[in-house]
Amino acid sequence: MAVDPLSAVFGALADPTRRAILVRLAEGDRTVGELTSPFPVSQPAISRHLKVLERAGLITRNRRATARLSHLEGEPLREVTEWLARYQAFWDERYDRLEALLATLEPRPEARPAIQQEGD
Amino acid sequence: MGNTEIGAPAGAPFIDMSREFDAPRELLYHAYTEPDLLVRWLGPRKYEMVVERWEPRDGGRWRYVHRDDAGNAYGFHGVFHGPQTVDGMLQTFEFEGVPGHVSLESLWFEERAGRTTIRNHSVYQSVADRDAMVEASMADGVNEGYERLDELIARLQAKEPAGAGSTN
Repeated sequence: MAVDPLSAVFGALADPTRRAILVRLAEGDRTVGELTSPFPVSQPAISRHLKVLERAGLITRNRRATARLSHLEGEPLREVTEWLARYQAFWDERYDRLEALLATLEPRPEARPAIQQEGD
Repeated sequence: MGNTEIGAPAGAPFIDMSREFDAPRELLYHAYTEPDLLVRWLGPRKYEMVVERWEPRDGGRWRYVHRDDAGNAYGFHGVFHGPQTVDGMLQTFEFEGVPGHVSLESLWFEERAGRTTIRNHSVYQSVADRDAMVEASMADGVNEGYERLDELIARLQAKEPAGAGSTN
């Protein structure tokens, strides 16, 4: 089944182990053995996670000598965070105005003490 | 600011949002059901928002239009489903620029100790529809984000670094 690139990235990020792997790769390229050591999971399990990250374009894997190094690719991560951050900004803007509006409305009489407020 | 939580699960045509407000839910319900209040926060600031119908009851219809200075108009409409109460609201949503792509918007008002969390769950007909809707909304969101940034910078610049009195 064809999955659009953004969905592949979201899917790859929807796992705490894979996110932790990306954090480690942000420090530099790592072999699968180096990536396995901090996690309570087997090397084949880490390899499966790396495959998911690779399919999403979040990492590339290169062979140097005998070790296969995983490398973090920044572009898809930038796209996905931008996508959500921009949508969040859109709703923040609306909700900020709703918040400001709420502050001008009369509170429920039984819920709040009577406070003298600037009226219009 | 920056308090809206957003989730867009991969491969599923949903968007979830939540935001907490320092207000009882009756007040939020008021802001969501009163057209005069709705236009003061839901409409993009650079557009004029005109509410043609807003009938928050089972089977009630709604329609509003955003107009910009260049004379462009963007219409949206839908239908309310079930009772619309302080517990929550349920409605369909359609942008008239792309007819036939309808989403279902659920909203809950959850009050705790005088504060209310709004939870919003939107269901689209496909992941592609969801992503297109987000992209379309963001075109405005980006602009408004920049406008707010501009205003913030202007305020910061207007303020003297030391010894300046507060203006409000």
